[in-house]
Amino acid sequence: MPSGIKDKVAILGMGCIRFGERFADDAEHLMVEAYDEALADAGIETSRIDAAWLAVGFDALNIGPSGIPASVALRLPNIAVTKVENYCASGTEAFRGAVYAVASGAADIAVAIGVEKLKDTGYGGLPVRTRGTTFDMIGVVGSAPGNFAQLASAYRARHGVSRDDLKRAMAHVSVKSHANGARNPKAHLRKTIDIDTVLNAPMVADPLGLYDCCGVSDGAAVAIVTTPEIARSLGKRDIVTVKALQLATSNGWEFQGTGWDGSYVPTTRMAATKAYKEAGIADPARQLSLMEVHDCFSITELVTMEDLFISKEGRGWRDVLDGRFDADGDIPCQIDGGLKCFGHPVGASGLRMIYENYLQLLGRAGERQRSEPPVLALSHNLGGMPNQSIAAVAIVGLDKA
Amino acid sequence: MTGIVAYGAYIPRLRLQRSAIHAANRWFAPGLGGLAKGERAIANWDEDTVTMAVEAARDCLAGRDRGSVRGICLASTSAPFADRQNAGIVKEALNLDDAVSSMDVGASRKAGTGALLNALRATAGGGGEMLVVAGEKHRAQPGSEAEMTDGAAAAAMLVGTENVVARFIGAHSLTLDFVDQFRSADRELDYVWENRWIRDEGYLGIVGRAIGEALSLLGCKAQEIAHLIVPVPGRGIAETLAGKAGIAATAVRDTLAATVGHAGAAHPLLMLADALAGASPGDRILVVGFGQGADVLLFEATDAIVQPAAGLGIAGWLSRRRAEDNYMKYLAFSGHLKMDLGMRAEFDQKQPLTALYRNRRTVLGLVGGRCTRTGAVQFPRSEISVAGNAADRATQEDYPLADIPARVVSFTADQLGYTPDPPGYYGLVDFEGGGRMVCEFTDVDAGDVEVGRPMRMSFRIKAVDERRGFIRYFWKAVPQQEA
Repeated sequence: MPSGIKDKVAILGMGCIRFGERFADDAEHLMVEAYDEALADAGIETSRIDAAWLAVGFDALNIGPSGIPASVALRLPNIAVTKVENYCASGTEAFRGAVYAVASGAADIAVAIGVEKLKDTGYGGLPVRTRGTTFDMIGVVGSAPGNFAQLASAYRARHGVSRDDLKRAMAHVSVKSHANGARNPKAHLRKTIDIDTVLNAPMVADPLGLYDCCGVSDGAAVAIVTTPEIARSLGKRDIVTVKALQLATSNGWEFQGTGWDGSYVPTTRMAATKAYKEAGIADPARQLSLMEVHDCFSITELVTMEDLFISKEGRGWRDVLDGRFDADGDIPCQIDGGLKCFGHPVGASGLRMIYENYLQLLGRAGERQRSEPPVLALSHNLGGMPNQSIAAVAIVGLDKA
Repeated sequence: MTGIVAYGAYIPRLRLQRSAIHAANRWFAPGLGGLAKGERAIANWDEDTVTMAVEAARDCLAGRDRGSVRGICLASTSAPFADRQNAGIVKEALNLDDAVSSMDVGASRKAGTGALLNALRATAGGGGEMLVVAGEKHRAQPGSEAEMTDGAAAAAMLVGTENVVARFIGAHSLTLDFVDQFRSADRELDYVWENRWIRDEGYLGIVGRAIGEALSLLGCKAQEIAHLIVPVPGRGIAETLAGKAGIAATAVRDTLAATVGHAGAAHPLLMLADALAGASPGDRILVVGFGQGADVLLFEATDAIVQPAAGLGIAGWLSRRRAEDNYMKYLAFSGHLKMDLGMRAEFDQKQPLTALYRNRRTVLGLVGGRCTRTGAVQFPRSEISVAGNAADRATQEDYPLADIPARVVSFTADQLGYTPDPPGYYGLVDFEGGGRMVCEFTDVDAGDVEVGRPMRMSFRIKAVDERRGFIRYFWKAVPQQEA
């Protein structure tokens, strides 16, 4: 049994830009802006960085192949820059690379960069792209909402929830995230909405309406990581360390095997189980202070409450309606607005989640700061689609927690 | 004895109301009001001659071992490929043995009877069982008479020497360059001459002569004909021909004009499938094919005709219908209306042909795999079985899934992703006895999909590469019609 990553790596600094329709900015500008914030937060110079990981979800529309564009944009000192892509979980994947480099001793200070320039497509939503020669012959291209909407049909069948009840719970998820996003100056969508607006919105992919879908945004986020010892030597007093970092990747069972009923995301359960073990968390619902989950769609957030073992199976929709995950609830979820309102620049999203958790742990979240001081915060970054997915769970916390 | 061993048909589910055609075009062509009765079958956007031929062939071959089929012929004037054998696509979709002969026949509306005649003679000459499929998705000009009278459909006949349901007695053919209509190779649409001339000199003249000569040559008395199949649009023509030949008026078969329309080269075979379904032992059936001459084929139903066909047949497909009164939608489906499809439709559908060839059984045949150790069924096949993460390699055998009933596990109706007919329905389906796949659904009515709903697989157009003119075919799930 591996000993795990717990408390071996500290976050030295982070940066995250305002997400949104950044029509005036190239990816280069987005990266530099996020990186400068992280550098200032870390209190170091570029010359101290030993290795870099770069996450970008959509190759063709973005910065092109390899780590070179990040190395050029940030004028990195000719270090190794590894580009990673793991669908929408790419951001956490880049973070994992940087964290592991530090934990292994191969790097003293490493950086994870996530960037996505999505608003050069000419249309709303994620770009249509090939999923490979074989898939394109036999798979369904569909759309992201179409792939995730299916969770709702199967969840209703599995748990006997009426369409109206589930729609209402899903709407609550979005209303809550809009309320949170309105208090976040870096969020893409900053308007509060009411439940009727959500329920009466045009249908995107049944039963997901417009307000059940997250914003597609331009954005970038950066994390600089090091050892807790180096962080202290650089003058850091409040130290946030990585408690767990786990990924689970589908091996085809969901869409080829027998037994998955389509109502949940198996990889989230696997990654969460391993992450709780790595972090030494026995009762996540009690021990976690807050969560940033992959709320690409309202139904995704809802089933994720069960897949992370925060809600009991089949009870997630009731917990949502009870306000358990609201900003003032037991365990806030998406206190920064989430993908829904902060926005979803794919490669940056995993790092954006960690950024919010990091700010909340350090009491630096401004107007939206959780009053009860957070100790342990989880981020859940999901790539792919429910029938073939990559779930990434990162838990960060105060050093002594 | 050589003859027809099995027969089948396919009629697409959408039935465009002729009143809707007339309502849209009356401002320009008020004279077509007389034809504005009943409905005509139109293909869904994802159906063409090849896909309909596959469905008709499946209907014909239902419950039969396909291993004895030695040849396949596809007849149509609207086959999608001018160079890529259309019959070869049908062969792959049916999972026929590689060791079959194949041929496309076209260029005349008597291609269907010509193909059938050729197959009967080949089989009689020792060629083995031959599958003849004929399909038509004729493209009529908006505002034309053909737009009113056409219908999209396909039919299939399995010709053999054992368990024959309709014995082939003989045939007579005439070839005359009677140009009632034409379409040169570089044109999309027909040019049609005056219908009074076509009726008088074509149907009554050429067909009348062919029927008379055939009866005489085959030594068959006119009053022995129990079923007369004259597949021409226009009322009263078959009755006139029957009267002149001395065939009983009661023998004249319904042309399916009110429900299907005229399916060109496929129409004689479509009407034959309809006649066979209602024939009694000993009934003589005269089938006419018309187009630059005429074919006349004479059959006699055997005692085996009383066995009901295993497929849905004409009656079954006719009852599986949805009335469509959206003429604009029909125009868009048939390529006459260039809609703003949105940027998502710009996705490049280029098909790597190498990959299609090596995956042809998976893609065109819907052949999955079954693990010989565990029995687990999966789609697609893989080097390492999905079951239990077994470490063994190459344990799978081919497992065809196309004819296995399926049920919906999860689904959506997607308004965002591009499809020519939004919303796009898709989801996960489980096959009875194992195996599952994520696939598109088609021929879906709003509200008619739910978790657990029974589905059947159907061979369809997945996407069209407009830039290069290639059609990508694959299988989709269709809501199973109520029994």
